[in-house]
Amino acid sequence: MSFPWAKEYKPSHPAMQWLDEKLPLPRFVYNAIGAGYPVPRNLNYFWNFGILAGFCLVIQIITGVILAMHYAANASVAFESTEHIMRDVNWGWLMRYMHANGASAFFVVVYTHIFRGFYFSSYKAPREMVWLLGVTIFLLMMATAFMGYVLPWGQMSFWGAKVITGLFGAIPLVGESLQIWLLGGFAPDNAALNRFFALHFLLPFVILGVVILHIWALHIPGSSNPTGVEVKEESDTLPFHPYYTAKDGFGLGLFLLFYFGVVFFLPNTLGHPDNYIPANPMQTPAHIVPEWYFWPFYAILRAFTFDFILPAKLWGVLAMFMAILVWFLLPWLDKSPVRSGNYRPLFRKFFYVLVLDVLVLGYCGGSPAAEPYLMVSQIAAIYYFLHFFVILPIVSSIERPDPLPSSITEAVLGHDEAAASKA
Amino acid sequence: MIRIFSILAGLAFTLVLALSFIDEAVMTAKDGLPHTVEAQFHKHPKELSLSTSGAFGHFDRQQLQRGFAVYQNVCQGCHALKYVAFRDLKALGYSDAEVKAIAKNAQVPAYNAATGEVKTHPGLATDHFPPVVYGGKGNPPDLSLITKARHGGAAYVYSLLTGYEAVPANLPKDARPADGLYYNPYFANLNIAMPAPLTGEGQVTYSDGTKATVDQMAQDVAAFLEWTAEPKLDKRKQTGWPVLGFLLFATVLAYMAKRTVWADQH
Repeated sequence: MSFPWAKEYKPSHPAMQWLDEKLPLPRFVYNAIGAGYPVPRNLNYFWNFGILAGFCLVIQIITGVILAMHYAANASVAFESTEHIMRDVNWGWLMRYMHANGASAFFVVVYTHIFRGFYFSSYKAPREMVWLLGVTIFLLMMATAFMGYVLPWGQMSFWGAKVITGLFGAIPLVGESLQIWLLGGFAPDNAALNRFFALHFLLPFVILGVVILHIWALHIPGSSNPTGVEVKEESDTLPFHPYYTAKDGFGLGLFLLFYFGVVFFLPNTLGHPDNYIPANPMQTPAHIVPEWYFWPFYAILRAFTFDFILPAKLWGVLAMFMAILVWFLLPWLDKSPVRSGNYRPLFRKFFYVLVLDVLVLGYCGGSPAAEPYLMVSQIAAIYYFLHFFVILPIVSSIERPDPLPSSITEAVLGHDEAAASKA
Repeated sequence: MIRIFSILAGLAFTLVLALSFIDEAVMTAKDGLPHTVEAQFHKHPKELSLSTSGAFGHFDRQQLQRGFAVYQNVCQGCHALKYVAFRDLKALGYSDAEVKAIAKNAQVPAYNAATGEVKTHPGLATDHFPPVVYGGKGNPPDLSLITKARHGGAAYVYSLLTGYEAVPANLPKDARPADGLYYNPYFANLNIAMPAPLTGEGQVTYSDGTKATVDQMAQDVAAFLEWTAEPKLDKRKQTGWPVLGFLLFATVLAYMAKRTVWADQH
């Protein structure tokens, strides 16, 4: 699909014409990220993060495949093989630091991408499918990152695997059997490590597949934009190339500066020292904490300390999964006809509270499971659930949005004769 | 309909969270905030500035050699260094012959599959530092990665080695060191099984004439252990600057390209 004014791919070289008839791959690229894809002219830098996320996935796959060539997924040598990569493999240290920090970078980028989606309500019709696929990608990323963190077989790897698979043990009746089945044993060991490695290698390619669907679904209605007003006429859009390739190129440069700054100068800052201690099933670390990108959800998991009908642990597990699964329902929970948070004063206030709330949850999730962190995370978790399940549906039906510009062109130029004369 | 279900589900989670909060608040009001002896007496590592500190920092080979001497004379009796090979020592400035001589002094065990015996042989440059058999109290960790495996890194090692103190008078009885343990506020649970290893000036004889004070030896061995944990540190930083320089240049170009492309749209 595209807008009627989208440029058509017209190969001039006979070889390209030949190729276009047999396999129109250049046409596909031209219509996807070339001049054949008209994009709203008013996208801000938040719209760079989709491309950046795709770039992160490519970094992770390339460095990951190289690491897999040198890594040994066996509990007796996994830690040693990681050190072998760090010390003896040519540029192995660079591959591993790029991969470990690449995971963090990927999450920074994806969280920003999701933030953009929340604020500008990118999930609303007609882009529900884009959003559903996006949340699916996020869930796959979390599973992949978790299993990847287990592979070096350090203390946090082992105990993290134990805690997370232990969550399945909270399920009534079948929980314990399920946990043993998932791990291939009573505790994480060689069987678990091997299957985690196999899945950690497989899932990124599943993610890649869903990313392609995500972009495909996006290109049917076209990109959203900061005003939330749909594209109406040609003056509302610019061809993706060269305008957004140029803008994304600059964004990519900034991203790489930050990313390689961390890789080369602070490569272990985001990691946990305990993961440089080989896994020891006989010695529990003082504080078992996951990687920073799981902290908000870890805080929600631990916030449930009271057995109310169901055991507290089961509440925690349910809540942690619901905290993300509720995102799937957003297109139907938020019924406001206005998309952009720029024109939704009441929504905006609650949304900023949510952002602060998630930061507080993250801080608590990275802290020991003791007071006062528990009580703070309980209050913060209450707001998290109220926001998505209660406030958002209510606000979207009672708020009075600010007046919208009549078109994207008017929002950018301050006037739009064509749209005004039509109205 | 979906919104009514959502509001009900949200209120259910809120209710359980509120009950959890009340439960915790009542318990906390009764018992007060948790107060551990560690929180009161445990100290954060001292400031330590090594040649490797900062984005331009790099290893000081003289210091690494001194630190290696401290390791050999003081630590090696109990602590192994299994991820380090003798050949790696060339990075400290030793020649091939010196590395071979150092390796030869070590007895490296090797399993003979034909006879089923484990026999030791004088080390080769390609061997790793041999395992250490320790029969005493406690569990001396392998030191290869110690500066990356502890909060504070090299500063932690330095603080631990120089941080032994007399037991404070106000330390609760059950937190006092048991028999064979020693008080050290830089150690996570305050009581460490390792007796103060650096006991006095001149314990190690430095070949470069540096005065071997306890503080100097602690700094040197901390620097050496930073090298064992991250032998590629120099290479990493040396590579980092040109990469960032190139990226900065490319980003400026990308910015100017973006300005040019968008010039007719503003």
